[in-house]
Amino acid sequence: MLDISILYNRYKFLGHEFLTWLWFMIDTDKKYILSLQKDILSFEINNRIVLENSLDNLIENITIKGDDAGLEEAKLSLQKGGVVTECNFSLKAGDYEWKFNIKGESLNISSLKPPETAQIEKKEDIDGIVLEKFYLYEKIITLVEALYDQFIQIRITNKWDKESVPMIKKWILS
Amino acid sequence: MGLLSSSVSITRYKVNGEISGDLISTITEGLQKYSITDIDHVPVEKTSGWTSFENPYMPNFEKTSCIIGTYFVFSLRIDKKNIPAKIIKKFYIAEMTKKLAESDREHLSRNEKKTIKDNIISFLSLRIPAAPNIYDILWNYENYSLWFFSNQKAANEELETLFSKSFKLKLIRLFPYTMADLSKKLNDKDHDRLTTISPTKFMD
Repeated sequence: MLDISILYNRYKFLGHEFLTWLWFMIDTDKKYILSLQKDILSFEINNRIVLENSLDNLIENITIKGDDAGLEEAKLSLQKGGVVTECNFSLKAGDYEWKFNIKGESLNISSLKPPETAQIEKKEDIDGIVLEKFYLYEKIITLVEALYDQFIQIRITNKWDKESVPMIKKWILS
Repeated sequence: MGLLSSSVSITRYKVNGEISGDLISTITEGLQKYSITDIDHVPVEKTSGWTSFENPYMPNFEKTSCIIGTYFVFSLRIDKKNIPAKIIKKFYIAEMTKKLAESDREHLSRNEKKTIKDNIISFLSLRIPAAPNIYDILWNYENYSLWFFSNQKAANEELETLFSKSFKLKLIRLFPYTMADLSKKLNDKDHDRLTTISPTKFMD
């Protein structure tokens, strides 16, 4: 096995392609995402998306943020050959909402804001609240892992080049 | 940003290997052996070690349990003395001026300058308390999974080294390649393909 830092850098494009694919899925096949967990009501791009475009060995980064920001410019960046490198998502299930960020190169989850839990008032409360937090974090982690599993299964087969890439291209130009 | 904060960052790991012998006592022993020690009154700039989740400033794994539900919950603490560069410079120039006057010379050798600087840092690190940074850990032993509540590179590297020393188990950080390589959905042929794939150009 190659050195872990070499593998990290060599394959970070997979994380960027995953986030680009995920945006495509949100726009074109949200039913699939909602089917992964029985109580999900919505899964959307939230208030931040970062794209990277390599043009003639120069790297251009575009960040679009803000609660009312449209994704037209982000789509334009995709049309110029860009990929999504970081994205903030929101997930709603039941009466609850989660917001979180995924960085493509590491697939690390950051700024994860789960629904509020009760405050710790006495020492005996800690165990219950830790377990509740665990459940709330696990929901996001399980979903991201299931989505990545689905992506990677498509990505390493001929289906990716023959079916997925033409569909994504069509979506980018739409 | 700890486990109980309103906003968290999580780095996910797969734990490679199993503990032989009694699980709880082996893990508790590892935590005790490599628990953080105070450096406030010793000339050391930085240290790291395990600490208790519930009482991170006074770790005591004999009295505090590191188990919540079916998970091991504890923390990594990295203590560092942040000595401002301007203070080091102030003491350094004063000491160098004194040394030049004593020896009646115009310059000091590179070694002499280094010795002065090292001595000043040792002297100051005895007087400046270390700032603690605490990173929570949730280890699901049965699922071979561990969540580290930070994405900071230095803290992650410290965790990987200390974990391996303490429990003789290897942590595999989950990122695009390792997640694909460890996916149960891929067969041998898929794994071979993974080694040869290259970036997609969505637009020509």
